[in-house]
Amino acid sequence: MNIASLAPLAVVLPILGAALTFVLIRHSRAQRAVSIALLSLTLLLECLLLSSVWEGGTAAVNIAGWLPPWGIVMVVDQFSSLMLVVSSAVSLAVLVYATGQGMADGDQDAPVSIFHPTYLILVAGVSNAFLSGDLFNLYVGFEILLTASYVLMTLGGTGPRIRAGVTYVVVSVVSSVLFLISIAMIYGATGTVNMADLAIKLGDLDQGTKTLLHVMLLVAFGIKAAVFPLSFWLPDSYPTAPAPVTAVFAGLLTKVGVYAMVRTETLLFPGDTLNTPLMVAALLTMVVGILGALAQSDIKRLLSFTLVSHIGYMVFGLAMSSAAGLGAAVFYVAHHITIQTSLFLVTGLIERRGGSSSVDRLAGLAKLSPMLALLFFIPAMNLAGIPPFSGFLGKVGLMQAGIELGTPLAYTLVVGGVVTSLLTLLAVARVWNRAFWRKPTDADHPDPVLLADHADSDTGRRGGRNNVVLLPRSMVGSTMGLVVLGVALTIFAGPLFNVADQAATDMLDRSSYIQAVLGEDAPVPQVLTSGGGR
Amino acid sequence: MSVNLTLLSVMGALYACGIYLILERSLTRVLLGLMLLANATNLLILATGGYAGLSPFYSKGTPAQDYSDPLPQALILTSIVISFAVTAFMLGIIYRTWVLARQDEIQDDVEDRRVAETPSFDAEDDAEIPAETSEFPLTMIGSDGRAVSDYATVGAVESAEPTIAAGGKRIPAADAAAEEQPGSQNTTLDPEGGMR
Repeated sequence: MNIASLAPLAVVLPILGAALTFVLIRHSRAQRAVSIALLSLTLLLECLLLSSVWEGGTAAVNIAGWLPPWGIVMVVDQFSSLMLVVSSAVSLAVLVYATGQGMADGDQDAPVSIFHPTYLILVAGVSNAFLSGDLFNLYVGFEILLTASYVLMTLGGTGPRIRAGVTYVVVSVVSSVLFLISIAMIYGATGTVNMADLAIKLGDLDQGTKTLLHVMLLVAFGIKAAVFPLSFWLPDSYPTAPAPVTAVFAGLLTKVGVYAMVRTETLLFPGDTLNTPLMVAALLTMVVGILGALAQSDIKRLLSFTLVSHIGYMVFGLAMSSAAGLGAAVFYVAHHITIQTSLFLVTGLIERRGGSSSVDRLAGLAKLSPMLALLFFIPAMNLAGIPPFSGFLGKVGLMQAGIELGTPLAYTLVVGGVVTSLLTLLAVARVWNRAFWRKPTDADHPDPVLLADHADSDTGRRGGRNNVVLLPRSMVGSTMGLVVLGVALTIFAGPLFNVADQAATDMLDRSSYIQAVLGEDAPVPQVLTSGGGR
Repeated sequence: MSVNLTLLSVMGALYACGIYLILERSLTRVLLGLMLLANATNLLILATGGYAGLSPFYSKGTPAQDYSDPLPQALILTSIVISFAVTAFMLGIIYRTWVLARQDEIQDDVEDRRVAETPSFDAEDDAEIPAETSEFPLTMIGSDGRAVSDYATVGAVESAEPTIAAGGKRIPAADAAAEEQPGSQNTTLDPEGGMR
């Protein structure tokens, strides 16, 4: 028996965990144990999946024995298994962080008992979306994770969260309706929703129909991935959620949208029909996003804007539709999930330690808690793309691919990418200067907590005891774990780039995917590109 | 393939009403709009299934093209369940909004407004001279480059107010100082104490 046939367990285990934790809703200790154990098990399984796919190639699992193109298929290829491993590692870290926060706060602030089942369902939805080999199952995966995210977004039901939740729910439902409409139209045009089958059949449609379906899918996924001009909802809704929830949303949800865009571009509609508009969208996403970040004084909002901005890099890599560009985009997705999540987790810690997440009120944290400063500094520099971090390597990969492509638009995007990277540095450096570097007395209106701590340390009584209470070990530990994972992505960038390049080559080739689903003798249509030599 | 015109016109009407309703500010109407959109999409999926035919149970003598296509119906069933869950959740949110704010309206993001109204001037980054907010006036450099103090300028100069160079223009120092006071979010409180 092949290990790849265990792929559905990546969805089943979290759902099982959700059921168990729901039963155990009155026993928070047992809940914690069950959810952490099951998520660790899922992560282990996905690591096995990644290694098996790396050796044995793409594998497909037919659910309940229905043959593809009729039944539901789950496909594990290098891209999806890499996404699974990174996303599960990140969600495990966030889960540990969240349980730490729940324990430290005595579960008063939010109904944490509902957190565990919902969170596990979110993870199941993400895994389902990554594994799905079927357009409708992808929709179901999206809906599972979105419905769970609605609950997490409005956890506690406070005024601001409800307000943010309304925007989020309405935008998500509209994008889902668009996705469903495009599925219906694709089914009407081809008579199938199986993605491998579609890869063959969509090629036979006439150009107008194809472009229509293509644009509809991209718009639906573009809303989920927060590509400008469809990104307006994200900075409006993410920052109000509890810190661990924002962290996991920032890391995973938009990336599922990017994942779906990658599949659309490479598997369903290969070729370069929409590359130019995608490149323009990528450029605008990068530049507009980061300009928005510069205007913010709240760290969470600032990070939400950098999140939007950096989605642009991934879309850039995708829009080049060359192996180098796509490989760099895959690497960048893995890097960005880790870094963005750890930054949001650190912001949660900053908020606990400094009493606020607004840079107008924070000051002197570097002296109060050097560990916190280090935990912020490393991912922040990583995000801005300072060598030698993985952010730098990913960006260099994208720039190289852009220069290889050599069109004027690609050069513009390379310049835009460098400018965005510098502006990101400016944005995070401002946070660093204000929240960590300056003295509390220099702040405009510092939080009283900071001034009190400062006085304490002046009289020789260091705020050591405060550090322990405000920064529980499990929260710092899980954040540190993610930061270390981010650094590990730098150290193991070589092998990771190999995986990413291999995944990109496989996706562009399409034959391994189609043949894994439909059998060895399935015809693999040729990709027609309009420009020669690209 | 022939299509059912009634079904299509109903679908179009539902889409039109749905889009109109989700653009409203009242949450209940938005919810109704979302429900209409979901149902219109269900009709669209049904329309892609082609002819209405026999119910898709297998019997030997019937040729395959006489059956209706079962797959769109399965898809619709799934999408009905999903829109049911979303509707229930939205109702919960609407109720919660009513409990909290006694209004059924989508509210603006306060922080968004604040950022939009923030002047490009930032006291820490942009001021050439820090604003003096102390109650004991010190000698300051005024707009004309000469030393000014409150005592010297009262009655002596027409524009007695000390100004600060910021972003290419001059704004009164008092305004800049007020900008930096705690709680000056440039927002007004409404009578019930919430933010508008």
